[in-house]
Amino acid sequence: MGKVAIIGVGQSAFVRSYPGSIRELAFEGFREAIQDAQITTREIDASIICSAPEYDKQRSPAGVFAEYLGLNPQPTFYVESLCSSSSMGLRQAYALIKSGLHKIVAVIGFQKMSEISSSESQERMGRGADIQWESPFGTMMPAYYAMYARAHMQKYGTTPEDLARIRVKAATYGQINDRAVYRKPVGLEMFVDPENRMSGPVASPLRVGDCCANADGSSCLIVANEEMAKALSPKPVWILGLGAASASVNLAGRDLFTGLTVARQASRQAYQMAGVGPPDIDVAEVHDCFTIAEMMAYEDLGFAEPGGGKELIRSQATYREGSIPVNVDGGLLSKGHPIGATGGSQIRTIVLQLREEADAMQVPSPEIGLVHNIGGVGLYGNVSILGRA
Amino acid sequence: MGSIKEMDDRFKKFGTVSFTSTTKINDFIDYLENGQVMGTRCKVCGLVFFPPRADCYQCLASNMEWFEVAGRGQLVTYSKLEFAPVGFQEDVPYCIALVDYGDYKVFGRIAGDVPEGDIQIGMEVKTVVNRVANEQFNYVFQKA
Repeated sequence: MGKVAIIGVGQSAFVRSYPGSIRELAFEGFREAIQDAQITTREIDASIICSAPEYDKQRSPAGVFAEYLGLNPQPTFYVESLCSSSSMGLRQAYALIKSGLHKIVAVIGFQKMSEISSSESQERMGRGADIQWESPFGTMMPAYYAMYARAHMQKYGTTPEDLARIRVKAATYGQINDRAVYRKPVGLEMFVDPENRMSGPVASPLRVGDCCANADGSSCLIVANEEMAKALSPKPVWILGLGAASASVNLAGRDLFTGLTVARQASRQAYQMAGVGPPDIDVAEVHDCFTIAEMMAYEDLGFAEPGGGKELIRSQATYREGSIPVNVDGGLLSKGHPIGATGGSQIRTIVLQLREEADAMQVPSPEIGLVHNIGGVGLYGNVSILGRA
Repeated sequence: MGSIKEMDDRFKKFGTVSFTSTTKINDFIDYLENGQVMGTRCKVCGLVFFPPRADCYQCLASNMEWFEVAGRGQLVTYSKLEFAPVGFQEDVPYCIALVDYGDYKVFGRIAGDVPEGDIQIGMEVKTVVNRVANEQFNYVFQKA
């Protein structure tokens, strides 16, 4: 059984409100990936469409996309695991290829969050957890991550300023990423200025600046078996390790509130499969839907001991020049978070880094990269390790 | 239409806004109306559940007995919301929280009359039934 590679990547710009339909949005990421892979649509054996369906008006988008993208009559289907949908899509593509069923598979992630009105979106937000036992209390995503932030601060002495430092880092790179929705600089002083929007309370201890923005966007990965990858691609990026896990949706069913068990379990699986460890990772993309999520990712992935994440950001070790660069494309905090497209965008960033095509965001000669993509509040977790060889 | 009228939809009375009406553990609502917050325990294998459930994943039996969430628990973590989803805006600000009772945990709200300055992780609380608007019920955590 041969290896599996990513031979093409694409993403649309992430924007507040995409001026087109979902099929047109998907086309943008798809076209870039097909052109990047230098193949034709006829060479794609199957497509996997990834999104969170609560934002879709279209029932079963896979069929609509396959038609619009010229992927009939090949099989197409839909994969959903909230914000980690397209990493789960990559996992499915790997399985389809490794099994020998298909040679080349397209993983297409998208979300048009502006497809529904703001009040509809608010209503869905309230149903983003256990609708029987949690939502009736009036819950929201930021509040759940805020509960983790509170517990992390209590146990490890992490401060609101440490979290703000993560946002400042994100903005450093968001400014140089032309696909990002938020491209303005952010300074620590904004978080202590009551007049500044960044300091506004959302769900204590998280503030506006600790939260990523909704966005519309699409991403696409072209995944191929070893034979096709070697024949077609001058710079295939190989899938070295994949991990995935799930956890109780209701917080009452969990025991850990200073980290995400799904990230710890998925990363352990991925490291083992790849035969590498945290010190081998040269560049990483982590799921920073909120600043606390990146802080916990440092620790859950083994870049720092539990509680040691704050030292990484204080010492700027996760900046581009640091020992373990993280989210040097601006992360979700700057790029925006179009749910189903996010994982594909993270993977695209690592693929470009490993091909040394990341332009101003490039870290020096990375060999191995890691993608950490979380669905819900640690409900689903995917970790993917990619390499040049 | 008759069958719809007869459907047991008591659970629609849970919380400020309930998103569920039909469940096999609807007696939870009757207990709430009587001032009790209840979980379930599997009569076959003894596993304890909160929130309550009708079916046991450990032994696959559907044979539960009710127990009361009584005594003191410890506050695990909390957050004060300054924004709320549709249907909850009138309640802002409010704190959601998680409480550990040892054998199980309870997710809910901190009682509105607990001053924020008094809230601390590790503090002892009790879970009490709370009547909200429109004949709806939930439960909240009070200082023990």
